[in-house]
Amino acid sequence: MENLKAKSFEIREHVLDVIYRAKAGHIGGDMSVTDILVALYFKHMNVGPEKVNDPERDRFVLSKGHSVEALYCVLAERGFFPYSDLETVSQFKTKYIGHPNNKINGIEMCSGSLGHGLPVCVGMALAAKMDKRDYRVYTVMGDGELAEGSVWEGAMAGGHYKLDNLTAIVDRNRLQISGCTEDVMTQDDQKTRWESFGWHAIVCDGNDIDSLDKALTEAKATKGKPTVIIAETTKGYGISFIENKAPWHHKVPNAEEYAAAKKELQARRAQAL
Amino acid sequence: MSKIANKQVICDVLVEAANTDKDIVVLCSDSRGSASLTNFANAHPDQFVETGIAEQNLVSMAAGLASCGKKAFAASPACFLSTRSFEQCKVDVAYSNTNVKLIGISGGISYGSLGMTHHSAQDIAALAAVPNMRVYLPSDRLQTEILIKELLKDNKPAYIRVGRNAVEDVYEEGNVPFVMDKATCVHEGNDIAIIATGEMVKPSLDAAKMLEAEGISCRVLDMYSVKPIDKEAVIQAAEETQAIITVEEHSIFGGLGSMVCQIVSEHCPKKVVNMALPDEPAIAGNSAEVFGYYGLDKEGIAKTARKLMEK
Repeated sequence: MENLKAKSFEIREHVLDVIYRAKAGHIGGDMSVTDILVALYFKHMNVGPEKVNDPERDRFVLSKGHSVEALYCVLAERGFFPYSDLETVSQFKTKYIGHPNNKINGIEMCSGSLGHGLPVCVGMALAAKMDKRDYRVYTVMGDGELAEGSVWEGAMAGGHYKLDNLTAIVDRNRLQISGCTEDVMTQDDQKTRWESFGWHAIVCDGNDIDSLDKALTEAKATKGKPTVIIAETTKGYGISFIENKAPWHHKVPNAEEYAAAKKELQARRAQAL
Repeated sequence: MSKIANKQVICDVLVEAANTDKDIVVLCSDSRGSASLTNFANAHPDQFVETGIAEQNLVSMAAGLASCGKKAFAASPACFLSTRSFEQCKVDVAYSNTNVKLIGISGGISYGSLGMTHHSAQDIAALAAVPNMRVYLPSDRLQTEILIKELLKDNKPAYIRVGRNAVEDVYEEGNVPFVMDKATCVHEGNDIAIIATGEMVKPSLDAAKMLEAEGISCRVLDMYSVKPIDKEAVIQAAEETQAIITVEEHSIFGGLGSMVCQIVSEHCPKKVVNMALPDEPAIAGNSAEVFGYYGLDKEGIAKTARKLMEK
């Protein structure tokens, strides 16, 4: 298997470049979610640029749409479009805007308004069941996002319809724009909450590829109910001065910070190799 | 008076189409009975999805199903579908461009004395403002049937609002002139143009017939397609008549009247009177009582036309 730990740091470097160049983006959530996206796009999901219209492809919706820079870089790395496209991110007339839109190759649904991904994925998973197809459906939500009531409408339906082809992943980095999630709106204990909605719940280390790999494998093997993976992550993971700092939700690094971040990501990638 | 409500016709068309088209999926939010879709749920249980009382989820799930190749029809009372699920209609349906037909049942003040929570007097304003969303208000059962059959042929988003009760026919069986997205002229005339939509077409037509006997010649346009609106028909009406009356079961703000005024003021300025629900919670009563109270009946429309002719 490809060294996905190193790959994650490589992707993070691209994300840093995109944000620094665009002077916009959500760096904290991008860095926390990167390993989840790498595990999905490089190991677990049956997707690829040659399969964008394949009815059997797995479906993915980035419900925490503001982490789009991480998704863009993962999609570019997987060959859905060239990295050079990302030079236009957030620029005048670009289609590479600050949230996912499905005019971009590889993106299934537009998102950005929180609390939409899971209910949409419930519909997708139900379609697979109706058509007796084997594809799986994945969504990634933020933990702050879980305050949206529509998430729980989707959770209820996913449990009711026993959608075992559906996996929801929560990027549980414990920070949102105003501060700690627990200060803004209590989110513990997620495991109990999801289980009470009829879901199989797994808690894993969301910045560890092996731990994610194990959780995603367990999700695939779980029958009769959907699975949620509470991926415990660190916001800003990989860049020490950004880690766990709420203001870095969408702050853009200056030249000095950019250089320091780049250096650290390169060093951590080298360690992983 | 027809005994068949427009919503019942939608069910009948879908039941038949689903016999051969297995991609048709109907979703309800505990609304199969009120949407007259029980027959569909019984005839095609594998193509029917219950979401419970969760209108946001209703629309998002419909969008998810549609993105995987389904022809999704999401039916719920128009009041909840259009505004409680507005964000889902905007993002998951219109913006993501999914093949979801939003069926707003018991629209306008159909629910009478149930109050403002159950009235949808803002649905046109809300949904017409969303790019890539079409808005249709068919006038009778015969037009509803043709419209739904037409919509089954495309894969684009649309919102269709129908009333709760059976309404009188505007058209005759076997004689329903219909061009998709174009107004239907149901009465010729050159003094006043009455542009109406949904359940307001019939009283407008009745008013025109009444006025004809009085020597006032009214053109009545059935603007079942509020968006895209038939701009040419509106301009032509403005050019060929002395004044325009718009009639709709909707708030005075942001509906058919507002759209007609935008077109007329830009292309052929003429006097336009908007007949609609006022900016207040509608009075309690059945549809006929409420329409009568606000002048949204043939007498009220005729009165407005006479006043315009006096000037």
